[in-house]
Amino acid sequence: MKYTSQAVAKPYFIAAIALFLGQILFGLIMGLQYVVGDFLFPAIPFNVARMVHTNLLIVWLLFGFMGASYYLIPEESETELYSPKLAILTFWIFLVAGAVTVLGYLLVPYASLAKWTGNDLLNTMGREFLEQPLPTKVGIVLVALSWLFNIVMTVLKGRKTAISLVLSLGMLGLAVFFLFSFYNPVNLVKDKFYWWWVVHLWVEGVWELILGAMLAFVLIKVTGVDREVIEKWLYVIITMTLVTGIIGTGHHYYWIGTPAYWQWWGSIFSALEPIPFFMMTVFAFNMVNKRRREHPNKAAVLWALGTSVMAFLGAGLWGFLHTLAPVNYYAHGTQLTAAHGHLAFYGAYALVVLTMISYAMPILRGRAANPERAQIMEMWSFWLMTIAMFFIALFLTGAGIVQIWLQRISVTPMSFMAVQDQISIFYWAREGAGLVFLLGLLLYIGSFFVKGKSHAFE
Amino acid sequence: MSAKFTKSMARNVFYGGGVFFFLLFLALTFDTMKVLPKRDNSQNITPAVEHGKKLWETNNCIGCHTLLGEGAYFAPELGNVYPRRGPDFIKAWIKGQPTGVPGRRQMPQFNLSDADIDDLIAFLKYASEINTNKWPPNIEG
Repeated sequence: MKYTSQAVAKPYFIAAIALFLGQILFGLIMGLQYVVGDFLFPAIPFNVARMVHTNLLIVWLLFGFMGASYYLIPEESETELYSPKLAILTFWIFLVAGAVTVLGYLLVPYASLAKWTGNDLLNTMGREFLEQPLPTKVGIVLVALSWLFNIVMTVLKGRKTAISLVLSLGMLGLAVFFLFSFYNPVNLVKDKFYWWWVVHLWVEGVWELILGAMLAFVLIKVTGVDREVIEKWLYVIITMTLVTGIIGTGHHYYWIGTPAYWQWWGSIFSALEPIPFFMMTVFAFNMVNKRRREHPNKAAVLWALGTSVMAFLGAGLWGFLHTLAPVNYYAHGTQLTAAHGHLAFYGAYALVVLTMISYAMPILRGRAANPERAQIMEMWSFWLMTIAMFFIALFLTGAGIVQIWLQRISVTPMSFMAVQDQISIFYWAREGAGLVFLLGLLLYIGSFFVKGKSHAFE
Repeated sequence: MSAKFTKSMARNVFYGGGVFFFLLFLALTFDTMKVLPKRDNSQNITPAVEHGKKLWETNNCIGCHTLLGEGAYFAPELGNVYPRRGPDFIKAWIKGQPTGVPGRRQMPQFNLSDADIDDLIAFLKYASEINTNKWPPNIEG
């Protein structure tokens, strides 16, 4: 690596992968509970497993984003990180806070956890994805601010590039919009309205800036294409992200008590949301085709191309599938939503973090690229996880369509639980695909331990 | 992409577009907040509803159920459970958990008092009377 302070990225990446494994294990528990309802009950009820599953996802992606920015910002800014010590301190605070929170979910009844952690002072808990106790939420703000401070100070003392600017803006947005998690009015409609300012404006807004910056960085490195070209693409893509995604928030405001005009705003703008993802696919393949060098890290190129394709499928196509108001009227809150959620998070965010790790980790370990055998194993893990996740999405889509039909369209609608029995075959198939995904993940972790002759720096 | 369209032009379009659409979003938000009282049933928010919402949250009901279609998809929609089942059924149901039927999905026992359950039901009644543009399509949710 060019700057010694980039090394702080390494513990972040290791923690991200470990938490990713935890997320998948809890996903498998929940998948089984869908068909064997009393599995692990009452030790780990479904709601607890789900909190752990989704919160681990958010936390490991944040670890990945932070590690990635500590790696790429010194290189972009051509200077050492402002404070490597602060980055390491922040790492341990975040890791311990995350671990204590997850243990709290698993070991203490949620109502007691709420009482002991000051939820009576300020009600913020018990809302989807924002289940964290108050001290954890405050901790997330502090960690995000420390991260932002460190990165911005580094950028200010060094070279300013479009990539570091876009990444910093994304981080700023992440920190600012998270503050809405502290606003929880009694009025359920307002509660839901501003809840989306965290959830939607994160994943369909500012996180996409971080995604775009990370992908652009890796593409510059592995293709050698001129920075001017890549950064121009980056600006155009994220322009489309914000133009479509901000008003696209409206696709969550159809049926929660908000005015009916959101059905127009939401449908029109969110129908355009696949555009930036499609552009990202075109961009990634174009840059790789125009490459001016053969980077020895072929696995990293595969992850980067995979990100662009799977993000388009998961976030773009599967999002479009149920985003128009007349369709969403029937699809809202069904397994179709779950299908989209899985493929989009994997395709856009899990994959971009893995892309960054794939590119940076060999360099952090003192080589340009991993040995051939390790790369082949890593590429196998890419295909196993990606195909498995695609099938998870397909099975959940099947489940969702049948569910919609039996419960909402049929002239003799069946009750929720009666429908669940009818679609259990899809859930079994999903669990099978989940096991393949786990296999892929284990192979991925294994690839870090494969020995051999690695590629030295040029 | 055309060479005439430079990086600094792209950057300006990004800033301009981002700011414009965020301001438009704020304007729509402002209008939404203004008309919301006609739709959101907030005139029926009582101390019981307020306490019921807190119980809903601190027992993580959203971890299995949906409420107006948002939440987890493991257990039935509860935004319209009040008209679907009625207060007596809901109370008996919560008290009777878990069913313990082998292989069936299980709802935990939350050890709520009778007064707590009444407040939770008041919250679910309030939620069911929000104007949701006729969602869900039928009573099954």
